[in-house]
Order: sequence, then C-alpha cells, then structure tokens
Amino acid sequence: METGMQGQRNAKSKEKPVRHSDVSLWFALMFLVGFGLIMIYSASSYIAFTDHNGDQTYFLKRQAIAVVLGFVAMLVVSRIPYHFWERFALFGYMASVVLILMVLTPLGIESHGARRWIAFPGMRSFQLQPAEVAKVAMILFLAVLVCKMGSGIKTLKGFVIMLLAPSPIALLIWKVTDNLSSALIVMAISVLMIFVASPDYKKFILAGLLVIAFAVGLVMVIKYTDIFDSFRAGRIRVWLDPESDSENTGFQTLQALYAIGSGGIRGKGLGQSMQKLNFLPESQNDMIFSIICEELGLFGATAIMLMFTILIWRMMIIANNAPDLFGGMLVVGVIAHIAVQAILNIAVVTNTIPNTGISLPFISYGGSSVIFLLIEMGLVLSVARGIQYRGN
Amino acid sequence: MRITETKVWKSDLLRTPLRHYHRKKIVQSVLLLSLAFLFLLWRLTYFCIYRAEHYAKAAQELHERERSIKAARGKILDRNGVVLADNKSVCSVSVIHNQIKDPERVIRVLSDELELSEEYVRKRVEKRSSMERIKSNVEKNIGDRIRELDLAGVKVDEDYKRYYPYGELASKVLGFTGADNQGILGLEVKYDELLQGTKGQILTVTDARGIEVEREGERRLEPVPGNDLITSLDWNIQSYCTQLATQAMLTKEARSVSILVMNPQNGELYACVNVPEFDLNQPYEITEAARTAYLKQHAPENKSAEQGVIGGENIDPEEKQKILNAMWRNGCINDTYEPGSTFKIITAAAGLEAGVVTPESSFYCPGYVMVDDRRIRCHKIAGHGSQDFVHAVMNSCNPSFVTLGLQIGLDQYYNYFEKFGLKKKTGIDLPGEAGTIMHRKENMGNVELATVSFGQSFQITPIQLLTTAASMINGGNRITPHFGVSYIHSDTGVEEEFEYPMETEIVSEKTSETMRYLLEMVVKEGGGKNGAVEGFRIGGKTATSQTLPRGTGQYISSFLAFAPADDPQVIALAIIDRPTGAYYGGQIAAPILRQLYENILPYMGIEKETVMEQIDPTDH
Repeated sequence: METGMQGQRNAKSKEKPVRHSDVSLWFALMFLVGFGLIMIYSASSYIAFTDHNGDQTYFLKRQAIAVVLGFVAMLVVSRIPYHFWERFALFGYMASVVLILMVLTPLGIESHGARRWIAFPGMRSFQLQPAEVAKVAMILFLAVLVCKMGSGIKTLKGFVIMLLAPSPIALLIWKVTDNLSSALIVMAISVLMIFVASPDYKKFILAGLLVIAFAVGLVMVIKYTDIFDSFRAGRIRVWLDPESDSENTGFQTLQALYAIGSGGIRGKGLGQSMQKLNFLPESQNDMIFSIICEELGLFGATAIMLMFTILIWRMMIIANNAPDLFGGMLVVGVIAHIAVQAILNIAVVTNTIPNTGISLPFISYGGSSVIFLLIEMGLVLSVARGIQYRGN
Repeated sequence: MRITETKVWKSDLLRTPLRHYHRKKIVQSVLLLSLAFLFLLWRLTYFCIYRAEHYAKAAQELHERERSIKAARGKILDRNGVVLADNKSVCSVSVIHNQIKDPERVIRVLSDELELSEEYVRKRVEKRSSMERIKSNVEKNIGDRIRELDLAGVKVDEDYKRYYPYGELASKVLGFTGADNQGILGLEVKYDELLQGTKGQILTVTDARGIEVEREGERRLEPVPGNDLITSLDWNIQSYCTQLATQAMLTKEARSVSILVMNPQNGELYACVNVPEFDLNQPYEITEAARTAYLKQHAPENKSAEQGVIGGENIDPEEKQKILNAMWRNGCINDTYEPGSTFKIITAAAGLEAGVVTPESSFYCPGYVMVDDRRIRCHKIAGHGSQDFVHAVMNSCNPSFVTLGLQIGLDQYYNYFEKFGLKKKTGIDLPGEAGTIMHRKENMGNVELATVSFGQSFQITPIQLLTTAASMINGGNRITPHFGVSYIHSDTGVEEEFEYPMETEIVSEKTSETMRYLLEMVVKEGGGKNGAVEGFRIGGKTATSQTLPRGTGQYISSFLAFAPADDPQVIALAIIDRPTGAYYGGQIAAPILRQLYENILPYMGIEKETVMEQIDPTDH
C-alpha cells in the first residue's frame, strides 16, 4: 500500500505515468485466496472425513481446482483490454436471465433445500450458480449503461431507468432461485454504481432513509405482532433474540456466536475448532468466518477484515485512475460486490443482521463464487493495465 | 486525476473520462464500506471479549457429554453390624440425541418399558442436547431388557438405589432417600453429607453427532462412595420392641405405641419404635394405618376428604402430603405430650436436691389438696392418709407431690426445671425435635406450680422425659440421646467416633442414689409392680395422662423403667396413645417393659440377682 501511494504521489508531482505493479493488491488477493484454502481444509476436513468416505481433502481439492481455474481465467481476462467486453453487456444480461430460468429445467440441481445450481450433462461435478454469473453480468451491463446515458443520468428519468435495469434480474434471483441474499447483493452493487455515476446526493439520502424506515417498521411489526408468519419473519424474530429458539431457526446463529465466543482474542489455534465438528452447519461455507474466529480469534478475524479493506482501497485507487468512466465503473462494481458481500457475511455471523445465506468472498467454499470473483479481479487488473497503457 | 481529460481517444460515450465528482463519490463509497468494516470489527470485539466467557461456557456444555457415575451411598448399620440401609443395583436410562437412528421406535420402546407417557419421552428424545436422562431408578431386569434391544442412542447406566432390608423396621428413625439419593427423613437426612459420597463423572467431548472426539480425550472423575454409619440401634432389641408395640397397639386398639430403649450412661439409643411404622422401600405409599388415623381425625368435619381417602386413587395432592407427613412423624421426637406421673421423678429429684425432703419425710393425703382456691384431687379418692415420702412416690400420690412442689417453691422449682435441661432440646441426632412447651415463669402461680409438680399443664417430648429421667438415676449426668455412634471412612476404612456433650452433676450422686431406691420401690411394691421382672432389680414409674385437649375421655398410658436398679444399664419408656378399655399405665404399659426386660436383660448379658434381701428401706 505504501509503495502504491508513493508511486501515485510521485506521479502527481512529476506528471509521470502511474506504474502499476500493485504489490498490495496482489498480496491481499493471494492472502485471501490462500488463507481461504487453508480455512476450508480446516473447517471441512472433519465433515469431509465423515461424509465423503474418509476423504479429508474432499472440499479442499474441489475448491483448489476452482481456484486454479479462476486464476487462469483472471490472468486471461486481465490481458484482454476491458473494452472488449462492452459488446457483451446486453448478451450477458440476457444470458443471466436464461441461466437463472434454467434452474427450473431438469438441468437445475437442488441442494440445501433450494434450487440454485445448474449443471450441464457430462459435467455433473461442476455446478454453476447462475446468480454468480448475474453479478458479473450486472456490473458489465450497468457500467455500459452509465456511459451510454451520458449526462442523462442526472435526470430523474435516468435515475429511475438505472434503478429499474437491475430489478428484473434481482427479482428472478429472489423468486426463481429463492435466493434473497444474492438478489440484495445485485441491488446493492447497482445502487452503489448508480451512486458513483450520478452527481446527486439528495435522492440517495432520501432513498436510504426510506429503506431504513421501511426496514425498522417491518422489524417492529414482526416483533410486536404476528401478522407475518413466514420463514423470513421467523428469522427476524430469532435475530432479535437468538437464544429464544436455539433448537431450530436460531441454531445456526447461536452456534456461530458460540464459535466466536470460544475463540476469544487469540483463538484456539488452527485446526482446533470444536464447532466445526458438525455443530455449526455450513461451517466451511457461509459460516466459515466464525470458524476463523474460533481458531484464530479476534486477531485472525481482524487480519481478514484488514485484507478486504486493503483490497478495496487498492481497487479504489485503480478506479480513480481508470482511463475512462467505463473502466472506473467496472472497478466500482467489483468493489461493491466484494465489499458488500464480505460485510453482509460478517454481519450475519455476528448476528448484526438476520441470518441469510451469504458466502465470504474468496474464502467460503464454492466454486462458482470464487471463479467469478477472480474473473472480476481480472477485469480490475485489465483496467489497471489500461492505466499503464495510457502512461506509455 | 492526472490522467488528463483532454486525451480522449474517441468521442465514444464509452470512453468518456471520469469526472471529478466520480472520483469523489468513489472515495466516499469506499470510506462508507470501510466504516462498515470498522463497525463489524467493533461488534466482533464485543463478542470476542465481553461475551467470550458466556458463549465459551455454553459451547463447552454443548460439546461435553456428561455422564455422572453415582456414588454408592454409605450403609447404615446397627451396633452389631446388621445392615439396616443398603444399596441395590438399578439402572438409569438416557438418550443421546445425535446417535438415535430410529426415534419413533426409541420413543415407543421407552414409553412402553418405562411406563412413561409418549409425550414425555418424545420431548426428551427430540431435544437437541448431548445427553438427556429419561428415567432413573429403573429395575435392573427392565434396564437389562432395554439394553439387549441395542437401540442406537439409548444408554442404560448402572446405578444404585437405596434399599432397606427390613422394610418397616425403625422406619421413623432411619428415614429414606429421594430419587437423587439425597436424604429426606430421619438419619438419612441428618447424616446425609456423610452418607452421600461424591458423584463421579465421565466427561466425553463429542461432535454434534455424539461421536467422541479422541484428541479431546475423556475426563473421568471417580466417584467417592459414602461413609458407612454405625448406629447404636440393636436390631434384636428394635425388632422385639416393634413386636411388643404392635401387639399392644392391636390388643389395646390404641392409636399408636412408642417404645424407647436407651443406655442411661451415655445416651445411646438401642431402640426407637413408633407403631404404626411404614415401609421404607415404599415411603410414598399410604399405609392402611395412616389412612385410618387420618380418617379418625378428619372424617367428622370433612366428608369429601373421607371419600377421597377411601377412594384411594384421586387423593388431593395436598391432602396426600398431609397424610404422608403424619405417617412419617416420629412421635418420640417430633411430638410433645403431657408426661403425667412419670414427671414426679423430676419433682422428687428436685426436692431431694433442694433438701426439702428426705425418704423419711412424712406426708398426709386426705384424697385432695387445696391450692389457693383450687381443689386438686388424688387418684385415690379416699386418700392415702399418712405416709412417708417413699410411699408417696410408690403410691404416686398427687397431694403429696403438690405439697412437695410448693415446699420447693416457684423460684427454686423453675431453676431446677432449667438446670435439668428440660427447657432445652435434648440435641438428639434426628431432625425436627420438638421443644418443651412450658409456662413462662412470670405467669406461674401456685396452681401452675402444683400441676407441674405432678406432670401436668406443660408438654415435653418422650425423648426429653427419658433423657432427663436417665440423668436423674445415672449419677446426675445430663446425657445427649443419640443414634449415630461412629462412621467408617470409605477411603481409608478408619472408624471415627462421634462425640456428644455431657453435662455432669446436674444432681448429686446422693440424690441419684436415692432416686434409684425410690423408683425401685415403685416397681417392687408400688404402682409399677406389673413391671417387675423376676430375678432383676427394676426401677420405674408409671403414668396415666389425659390427652389434650382435656375432656375427651382419652388417655396416654406410659411406663418408664430402668435396670438394674442399683447400676442402670438400660432405661426404657413405653407410651400407649389412646388405648381402649383399661388405661392405667401400671396396668397396660408396665407389662410391655416387663416382657421387654425379661428378654433383653439376659441378651444384654446382665446377670440375674440371686439375693434380693439386701434392699431394705430402713437402710436409707
């Protein structure tokens, strides 16, 4: 980070091009991915051993393959000038819709009680989560849309169009794949991109206040009445008091808190988690952060959050120096994706928000997720290379 | 910023450069996101530091499967090593939620075998805990049957249950224990800490499926068995007393009969019988006797209660508890009564001690005595006429004792009452000893003093009477009545004796000797002659007191006797509560102790006297 900042300051003073061998960015990325693999092995080896015929590395191997594929894809994408992708914006959008709808076809795969994956014939072991594709597609689509609208974005009409554009995808993800959290992430990415693209503040502050008021109102209604009696209302009740229903809905949240609490400041040591022994459901997946807390304590957790912060700060510098608005918007989309998802994941684990299935970027087990995140990083690197090109 | 906006390659919208506000907003967005991270870090710190202990403890409880190993409770033995309270092997049945494969079958089998409601078992089987107890104190054969079914997730552990080999014997002394092996009544509760021992534990760390985690190991805390308690009870004497008491209760159709047998020298109780007793192995079963007693007491005023009790099944729980409490009561210790003429022992001793009377002192009984304006009658309406003190005691003459009491005077009499220990509890090692109910000194006039002198208008417990009488004849030592003699350390086998306080010289040896003589005369030629045992020197005193409240025409007959009269080794008190027919203590209570002594004196190794001529009243 130091060198990067310095490089920038030098560039500013001497009017020289930015040299972009971004050590901090690479370090943070490699740390998160490598650390993710270690933690997946630690969190999953016991379950892998008991559930997959004694193969302790079952989850690790699958994730490692995805990481390798992801890195290859990232390097390839980083070498392709990012403007190459602008022609696929609409195609990506339509492809997302199609892929999401394919979940309903026989190609769709049900797991953990939800139908969120698809697999192509002959590639049964490699499953794809259309929501992950949709996130990349949405970043690309909105980046193009922002540029195409030009100054039109400043009008109310432009604002509304920008908001409406991601809505169908978000709705499909929510309703078709029953995945509210991914839908919320898509919307969050979009809102952040529109916020950057638009010079206005008032609308966003107003919209933000409205959302907060609505959320608080909803929570109050759920807490004090029983008008809503759905699965999600139950989750909100449990969120307000996780120990009230430790047997069912509150179980996972409470187990996560047990893990965090028993880790304390210094943790129990790598591999020493007790909660991963089947007590904490999805311990290598959405709940991996609590296993990190249990094994490595507050120190380990702080390190992870620091790495995420470094990553987004480095990407911010790339975005600010992007050759053009399109590149900048792409990077902003990726920042939004990674940061929002990490924040929501940690918020769930610490019971700051109601429990909803969100994975921790780069670290949680999940092939589609890590591959598409690395592809997004490829886009960012490509934008960064653009800065170098400009300098030369 | 320094990527100049002039250097746009194409006028293509997609190549528009970033504006200043774009950069500003990017920085603001990232700041916002970083703030969110900071907020989460604060949340995390809260959990990792301030809530760490709470959650770590909860997690530990979740991970550890605790199986307690019951400690064998110490036995209760009589003075010769006969086991009065023992342990029986039973089983306790538990389930481990995550190991259960077929919950429906487990629920069905357990509710059938253990005779529990399906709902009760289901709740425990479906509870997500590392281990859940279903039932303890399950008979061994049922436990074995469940174990043989080999149901996954069902654990049958060996356990102990208290067992009383002699059922009703000394039920109100020994007491019984509850489901957790804790003492509930009698010696079981008094010596609970000694008997209980320490539970052992097997702590196994398991994963969520209940599979043991090897690297965490197993913590095993061995149980420490309880210590054996050796009591002063003598199984033979206790058994024989129970037999005598039961017989008397049946023939006299009495409400209850109590017999206490004690060593007057040190306070060791050989027997403590209160018939009707109850079965210690089924302490919550209402006995027929308890039911009848309750009915007699409550039937006239409460018809519905009567029906409830007779119906048997649907007794009001509160009502049932009342009946049980009455059934469990040890009348000798928990209840007080008006002692009547046996208390003349104390008045006589006080008179001798105060020097206001000697055996030769003469008394005149016209059949009554006037105290202030009250006329107190003698049981012999014609009066005993002129008599010395020896005969006044032998005749149990009320006017003579009233005279003696008044001679001693209120101040002195009250002092002796306190000095003899009558206002304090005896300190017997059983719970719930009742205190003395006595007039306050400032409220006592001549009439009260007169009635107290022959044992009326106040109440004491039978054990208090026996203890005080023993102190009068044992040379003047106030002993502490007790059952617990010693205990044997379960780990070392070392026997440790209990020590009890003894207050010496509450009366002089001279007074004590005179008392022995006077009381021997009562049995030899006076009102207690039915208590005489051929070949043994017995001292004693009879009593017939009215039940309180007065006027019901019901009586309590009692007889207190010790042997041998010149060197008391054993003292006993028999009390018949509300006999029908003859009710004089000398008639019905004295023969009980005669029978007792005929049998136990040889058993105790007390030699028969061959010459009885040496007792001559003129010697004194």
